[in-house]
Amino acid sequence: MSLLKLDNLETYLGQYHILQGVSMSVEEGSITVLFGRNGAGKTTTLRTIMGFNPSTTGSVHYHNQKISGIPTHLISRKGIGYVPENQGIFSALTVEETLNLAKSKSTGETEEKMEWMLELFPDLKKFWRKKSGLLSGGQKQMLAIARAYINGDGLLLIDEPSKGLSPIMVEKLMESILKMKEKTTILLVEQNFLMASEIGDYFYIMDDGKIVHDGLMQDLKEDKETCQKYLGIA
Amino acid sequence: MEVFINLLVNGVSTGLLIFLLAAGLTLIFGLMSVLNFAHGGLFVWGAFSGAWIFKETNSFLLAIAGAVAVGMVLGWVLERFLIRPVYGNHVRQLLITLGGMLVLSESIKIFWGPNPIRVNLPAWLEGSYQFDGIIIIKYRVFVIVVGLLLYLALWLLLSRTQIGLMIRAGVLDKEMVQALGINVKGLFTFVFLLGAGLAALGGALLAPYSGVVFAEMGMQYAILAFIVVIIGGMGSLQGSALASLIVGVAGAFMAYYMPDLSLALNMLLLAIVLLVKPTGLLGEKGSAV
Repeated sequence: MSLLKLDNLETYLGQYHILQGVSMSVEEGSITVLFGRNGAGKTTTLRTIMGFNPSTTGSVHYHNQKISGIPTHLISRKGIGYVPENQGIFSALTVEETLNLAKSKSTGETEEKMEWMLELFPDLKKFWRKKSGLLSGGQKQMLAIARAYINGDGLLLIDEPSKGLSPIMVEKLMESILKMKEKTTILLVEQNFLMASEIGDYFYIMDDGKIVHDGLMQDLKEDKETCQKYLGIA
Repeated sequence: MEVFINLLVNGVSTGLLIFLLAAGLTLIFGLMSVLNFAHGGLFVWGAFSGAWIFKETNSFLLAIAGAVAVGMVLGWVLERFLIRPVYGNHVRQLLITLGGMLVLSESIKIFWGPNPIRVNLPAWLEGSYQFDGIIIIKYRVFVIVVGLLLYLALWLLLSRTQIGLMIRAGVLDKEMVQALGINVKGLFTFVFLLGAGLAALGGALLAPYSGVVFAEMGMQYAILAFIVVIIGGMGSLQGSALASLIVGVAGAFMAYYMPDLSLALNMLLLAIVLLVKPTGLLGEKGSAV
């Protein structure tokens, strides 16, 4: 069953026509990966879902309820957690303050979610009183993901979590994201094909603001031509 | 020694009055990125309405409460109808808040006429304390106590409460705060009303302090508050408190020892801080407290 459904989204950023009729769906309990080159419109797709860059036409449905056109904070309260590309870390707040803030408008069992996140990312417990801005890149990403999950565990939108991280850290992070699939649904934007193809169930490929390919991740891994054409992978 | 202590008390009390104006200004800028030139208008309305209520009722506490209420109502009108439509556009904000400042200052004359109004001290705050031959005016001590208590209250609000946490996070990243389900517009209104109330309170406390209020005083103090906000670091409450004390105390000493230079002092302080630390004394991104 589709948890999230985007239907014919057209989004402009100023004079630029970024999303040009994007339609896609995310199945409940899955990891769906959105691939595409820089500037293809992947981040704008997530931002349109969150209501930061509303579409001019088309709609977004979550749990069969229309969420396009409502303010971001109300979209979030439906149970959608968001990890932006720049992580959106509150540098002057401690880890504790950041996660408490995530709890403030959270849906569901917040204490349980908090405990699980600290179990999954023990570094956060270790640096509980540390200012978030002083954490390493990987720890910041863990904090951003934990914050998003504690805030809204119905669906997580994660934008390029591997960006700027060491291969070891990326591997660790991907293992954690895969574990999170047990309890939530994930829409992942990623350029790291090797890593994302290992954990994804479904994929979409964007090019110039349009979805040009989609299907099962297993099929994409075997489709050398599509990988070469849109992702530049030989 | 007597002169030194008197100048220090004068400087600290003036500094804390400026702080009341600057605190709202810095939080409004930090959270909402709004340069609110109309803030001085709220200050002057606080001064006049406080003075009027005090004259009519002879109750200073009622005057303060009334002035704060007037400031908050005007602040709500300003935020809702003038500033909200121009969020994100600094040029429009500048023009509209400057216009708001002029309207607020001029409208004072409709209610209280164009002439300055004399304001007396409340009877229970008249007179002075004497220690070892040093005379300290009672009302100045009162202003210092109120100013410090308000600073403490603001600090506790920002550092110990959930809404304070939201404000501090909002100063750092407004979008991310919305993505956590927090209504940033509601937060903006809360901070704006808080700032407006503090500005009006500053005005109401200043009226008996200076003994006279006039419609143009809003602009005069708003400029001082802007200097303080820049020196302290935009968005930083602690920075504004520190800068207010520096500006207040330095102003008091300069006015006594080098009166010719006292007018240039604030600009000199501003220039030095901007040259040495362009983000202001405590102006790191995110240091709302």
